[in-house]
Amino acid sequence: MLREGQVRIPSGCAISGIMNKRGEVFSGQDIIKSIALMHDRSNGLGGGFAAYGIYPDYPEHYAFHLYYEEQAAKEKTEQKLNSLFHVAESGKIPTRRVSSIRQAPLAWRYFVRPKPESLLEDESEDELVVRTVMHINSQIKGAFVVSSGQNMGAFKGVGFPEDMGEYFRLEEYKGNIWLAHGRFPTNTPGWWGGAHPFTLLDWSIVHNGEISSYGANKRYLEMFGYRLTMQTDTEAITYAFDLLLRKQNVPLDIAIATLAAPFWRDIERMDPERQKLFKTVRAVYGSLLLNGPFSIILGSNKGIVALNDRLKLRSLVAASQGDFLYVASEESAIREICPNPERVWAPRGGEPVIGLFEEGGNLV
Amino acid sequence: MTLSLSTPDFLIERNRDRCINCRVCVRQCANEAHIWDEEEQRVKSDDALCVDCQRCVTLCPTHALTIRKYPLEFRENANWSANAIKAIYKQAESGGILLTGMGNDQPYPIFWDHLLLNASQVTNPSIDPLREPMELKTFLGRKPEKLMMRDGKLVEDMPPQLELEVPIMFSAMSYGSISLNAIKSLAAAAEKTGIMYNTGEGGLHKDLYKYGKNTIVQVASGRFGVHPQYLEAGAAIEIKIGQGAKPGIGGHLPGEKVGLEVSQTRMIPEGTDAISPAPHHDIYSIEDLRQLIYSLKEATQYRKPVGVKIAAVHNIAAIASGIARAGADIIAIDGFRGGTGAAPLRTRDNVGLPIELALAAVDSRLREEGIRNQVSLVIGGSIRNSADIVKAIALGADAVYIGTAALISLGCHLCQKCNTGKCNWGIATQNPQLVKRLNPEIGAERAANLISAWEHEIKELLGGMGINAIESLRGNRLMLRGIGLSDRELSILGVMAAGE
Repeated sequence: MLREGQVRIPSGCAISGIMNKRGEVFSGQDIIKSIALMHDRSNGLGGGFAAYGIYPDYPEHYAFHLYYEEQAAKEKTEQKLNSLFHVAESGKIPTRRVSSIRQAPLAWRYFVRPKPESLLEDESEDELVVRTVMHINSQIKGAFVVSSGQNMGAFKGVGFPEDMGEYFRLEEYKGNIWLAHGRFPTNTPGWWGGAHPFTLLDWSIVHNGEISSYGANKRYLEMFGYRLTMQTDTEAITYAFDLLLRKQNVPLDIAIATLAAPFWRDIERMDPERQKLFKTVRAVYGSLLLNGPFSIILGSNKGIVALNDRLKLRSLVAASQGDFLYVASEESAIREICPNPERVWAPRGGEPVIGLFEEGGNLV
Repeated sequence: MTLSLSTPDFLIERNRDRCINCRVCVRQCANEAHIWDEEEQRVKSDDALCVDCQRCVTLCPTHALTIRKYPLEFRENANWSANAIKAIYKQAESGGILLTGMGNDQPYPIFWDHLLLNASQVTNPSIDPLREPMELKTFLGRKPEKLMMRDGKLVEDMPPQLELEVPIMFSAMSYGSISLNAIKSLAAAAEKTGIMYNTGEGGLHKDLYKYGKNTIVQVASGRFGVHPQYLEAGAAIEIKIGQGAKPGIGGHLPGEKVGLEVSQTRMIPEGTDAISPAPHHDIYSIEDLRQLIYSLKEATQYRKPVGVKIAAVHNIAAIASGIARAGADIIAIDGFRGGTGAAPLRTRDNVGLPIELALAAVDSRLREEGIRNQVSLVIGGSIRNSADIVKAIALGADAVYIGTAALISLGCHLCQKCNTGKCNWGIATQNPQLVKRLNPEIGAERAANLISAWEHEIKELLGGMGINAIESLRGNRLMLRGIGLSDRELSILGVMAAGE
């Protein structure tokens, strides 16, 4: 049977996200409860979490979460990591036995800093990490990088998300942003790397939907050196954000106007200067427009952005209570953990919900 | 002259019960296939002169006429077809090159008909174009790799672009090869529907300057009618290197078609042959092309996109890549089924490539080299319907050119005799009596109707795929599957097989 990456698997999903805008950390219990409520939106073939602020002891180190399907893969990967990075600490990611979780790969994590001599000319530390991730994922059989950002990590696999949370003992971690994903793939992804969230550096994305523009998005991103090995929308969306925000320094609102572009009929009503701006954005970045249904939550060390497709073909609800911002596929998933939020709203298609840490500054 | 061995191609059947001897057919046939017999006081026909343009059939008030293939049965021979034998009789008589009009009519594979489109089911919703916006707006021209912004504002303007409401344009057909009324029809239709028409290499008639913002002015090897005002008149400039119907061949407009107005527009003496050399004599290589591109950009202060039109030939991907690097903003590729006003038969039927393969190869190559943004891709030859357009865009085209389809909308019946100048439909002729048969207002309406009909159909097909903006289809080959194709063909097209 083909596994994810060799075949494109359409999926339905549940997503949920919680952040504390003051950056105060809280346990993973709430996010597990929230995603568990939407049990029927996933089918046990994929669940996962991304958590930020969970490694305060190593805030400047890149935290590599790795899955290994065989011992040889671990040896090759460690050889690669040791050659490019100083590894400050490594070890098995703690898990507990859960009856429904089977065929789990070996999960290992490494806290690393780049060796200065590893950097190519004009290469930033981030770019070295991206290069390393792409190398491991495409060249080392049986190894998969689950996440590679600073002071964050992703935990995911084949199973229901709540079982995955229990397996990875997430109630023992404290973070300031938690994202969760429950997946309903139409056929089995076959391996743990195929579960979500998808991550790159400290970007993580949970996503619900099937993008009909995937082929166009993929071929555009490939021109900028991205290799889309998973054949998933989430991977394409992550790279699209990475290209716009990190590589090209495009402002967040323009990145959002790229992925969920305003309609021409709305652009026509704008003042001449904005009209010109949005016309240019659509003409230049047309191939990055995400077409078809999606709701996504993008996480980073600076905050979160939640976004719907421009027709709002997928559900997405937001709520706030004190310093907490909640976004989820269903309002019930928010009320499960915050029964009476101060404000609850359904963002319009293409209208982002942006939550930034008060201390954090801009998203990029 | 010795006895001609040529036999008629068509048989004119006249139903005598219906014929009222009104002589409409006699007046309508520029080929003089219908004759009024004064003595017998009735209409007769000469089959040998008929070209099967269907003009008389369409206009006969009593539907008395039928044109059939002439039932001439040569002795059965799998190798020597009737066409092959007749061609030899003709050449044995004339000693000349066989000429023809319109595109390649030989039974080569049509890849459009081996590609199937996708639609949404369950996992994502299809979109109803009657309820939701469905956007086809298309920009042709060089796109920067990234947007330079400072303080939320653009640092520099986008390079000049052509803005199309529908990703369709009328392809180059010169004044001379087609009539002024035909061009007026297309120009007005382009204005009506927010698209472009193309002057071809025949210059721009004074009556057409008002359509400037919907005009692409062409600069071809003959440089007919090219002057500063002409270059400024259009929204874009196209350098014509080649044409799908006759790659590697120039053009020849015989002197009898060069009347006063054609002569003024082309800036050549009345009655002289207008000869477009096979190559541009200032372009013998790619670096020369770059100079012409930049000369034209300089001449128009970099305010207009400059495109280059080439015929699809074997090494098309590398050639297109070179043209992109030479500074072209748009590359137009014409496949071997593209039409022509006149071409040597053997060239038309044997030289070049199907546009589907050329398009796929070029789009893939430009992406591999990371320069696909630098240039827009327009393809033509031949687009027959809206589904062909959707497939072309999914393969990677930004827009399509339609020539033959546009002429058919004006009344062309594809008799392939454009070169004779006797077009009974008033399209490929300069004979004033024939030209006035095409009313440019009605022509404009018919051509505009075709564009809006196809626009509706493209929206339906897009909506079915769950796409509501044409840019999400562009190069989205996952929306295509191949049927009845070899692995090699699938890999060149970059599509999976149906069922995969």
